[in-house]
Amino acid sequence: MLEVKGVSKHFGGVKALNNVSMNLQAGEVLALAGDNGAGKSTLIKIISGVHAPDTGSLAYQDQPLHANSPLQARNLGIETIYQDLALADNLDVGANIFLGREPMKSFLGMTQIIDRQRMLKESREVLHSLDIEIPESSLEQPVRNLSGGQRQAIAISRAIYWNAKLLIMDEPTAALGVPEQRKVLELIDKLRTQKIGIIFISHNLNDIFAASDRILILRQGRVVGESKISETSREKVVSQMVSG
Amino acid sequence: MKLDVIRSIWPWLFLLSMSVFFEVWAQLAYDTSFLFNLFNIQSILTFAAAPLLLGIGVTFVIIAGGIDLSIGFAMGFAAVVFATITSSLGGQDPLVALFIGVIATMLIVMVPGMINGWLIAGLHIPPFIGTLGMYGVARGLGFIVADGVTVPVNNPILFQLGTIKIFGLIPIPVLITAIVVLIAHFVLSQTRFGQYTYAIGGNREAALRAGINVKRHTLLLYMISAGFAGLAGLIYTARFSAGAAQAGEPLLLDSIAAVFIGGASFFGGSGRIFGTVIGALVIAIIQFGLVFVDVEPFWQFLAVGIVIIVAVLVDQSRTRISNGGK
Ligand SMILES: Nc1ncnc2c1ncn2[C@@H]1O[C@H](COP(=O)(O)OP(=O)(O)O)[C@@H](O)[C@H]1O
Ligand SMILES: [Mg+2]
Repeated sequence: MLEVKGVSKHFGGVKALNNVSMNLQAGEVLALAGDNGAGKSTLIKIISGVHAPDTGSLAYQDQPLHANSPLQARNLGIETIYQDLALADNLDVGANIFLGREPMKSFLGMTQIIDRQRMLKESREVLHSLDIEIPESSLEQPVRNLSGGQRQAIAISRAIYWNAKLLIMDEPTAALGVPEQRKVLELIDKLRTQKIGIIFISHNLNDIFAASDRILILRQGRVVGESKISETSREKVVSQMVSG
Repeated sequence: MKLDVIRSIWPWLFLLSMSVFFEVWAQLAYDTSFLFNLFNIQSILTFAAAPLLLGIGVTFVIIAGGIDLSIGFAMGFAAVVFATITSSLGGQDPLVALFIGVIATMLIVMVPGMINGWLIAGLHIPPFIGTLGMYGVARGLGFIVADGVTVPVNNPILFQLGTIKIFGLIPIPVLITAIVVLIAHFVLSQTRFGQYTYAIGGNREAALRAGINVKRHTLLLYMISAGFAGLAGLIYTARFSAGAAQAGEPLLLDSIAAVFIGGASFFGGSGRIFGTVIGALVIAIIQFGLVFVDVEPFWQFLAVGIVIIVAVLVDQSRTRISNGGK
């Protein structure tokens, strides 16, 4: 569903990406690994429309991809989930899932008001369809009262509800405790069965080996390794990350 | 969850304790009732009307994470503009003069609001600084328009509006304020506009990413704030049949205190119109109560100042608790 061909990107004198190519199938989970400064964030920012590549090309669902803004990419079904930037803490679950696209209903035939009943009902349904457990009593509470993993799950549900086809996650488990990390990995597994394509950046080899189908290793802006997760080992990945 | 309950109960506790305090004082010192007295209730409500109107406007701004310090002098500016226009139309039919005066004033008072919004949303000036500048500008303009004096208006309809009570019971400024309260509550709690106001205050980045036009929204919020200041100016002029540039000067403190007593957070993202209503009542009870029990009026400023500090301290400790001590 996604094809990146020969992409390079400079920032001043820094060559953040150097002739990077990669691809992703629907329902496939790709882990992006590499040391700090390897170019992982730059690569996902190019896919999600934050940066334009200097050279090279992108194709998405067999069409050339020229997203000039994150909003444009999102409208095409490419959704990026950043830690902590995704949710308004003071709003409840439904308000967050529907933020910017609230369902409306008529008020006495005079004006339109937000249909909170419907937001609640549909939020419950999308959470249920992804096996995300959030107690009924918390659904109408500000999401700041929820755990990091639940909030991450809500951000993901929001993307799925709005028809994301390609989900990009920058360190989705970094801020979470171990049980919570497991939940997010389960969620990634669930998304795979729904034919969503997933790219996730991680520093955690356990996560990478538990959740991904394939791994792409960057070093100083170049692809230095790519393999099916079943055909590589932790030792090999580590050595590629540090010495190419 | 408990915290949210405390947040919504605490303004009521404040209101209750102030009421009891002055009731006991009045009973002990003067053997009379403070609360069970129609005149007192009418006076408290009338006292509360202007700071409440200002408070409603600034509630929107504060929920979105901003502040508007210019409202007091925007109110005075509106009052003198209204008085000047209406009295200059003295030869016209009073209703026509009044109508033109109201429309023109509301349009003119939007200008400082638009400039505030543009400074903050467009030029990224911190709200505290941008609206502090506008505080000075509106103050200067008010005195310039009024030529340094109080501008009298001789309009019989306006006089009626400012003084009569409906059914001999409800002063018209109180009625207008009540209607506006209901509309503002509706907008904030039921519409997308209200929802986005909370979202921007909760996480501006998330609001942007959700496709909300944060710039335009911020501009509108400061215009709303100025609009409420304009309305307060109109009501002031009706009550006193005169406009004065310093009409709203003491009300900045009162109105912002009302918002914070009402449970809004200094950090944005929370607050309710009915909270601000209770806050304005608390302030009015303190002020009228001190007069009623015959304390020197200067103590009012001190009392309201302390109340603001207490309200912000409570907000801070609530925020600290809800962040798990971080
Ligand atoms: N906006 C930017 N401006 C300048 N340099 C940047 C910018 N973004 C990234 N870089 C540089 O590009 C290189 C790759 O960064 P990044 O993609 O963030 O790596 P990673 O996410 O793998 O840690 C780094 O040397 C970084 O300093
Ligand atoms: Mg990075």
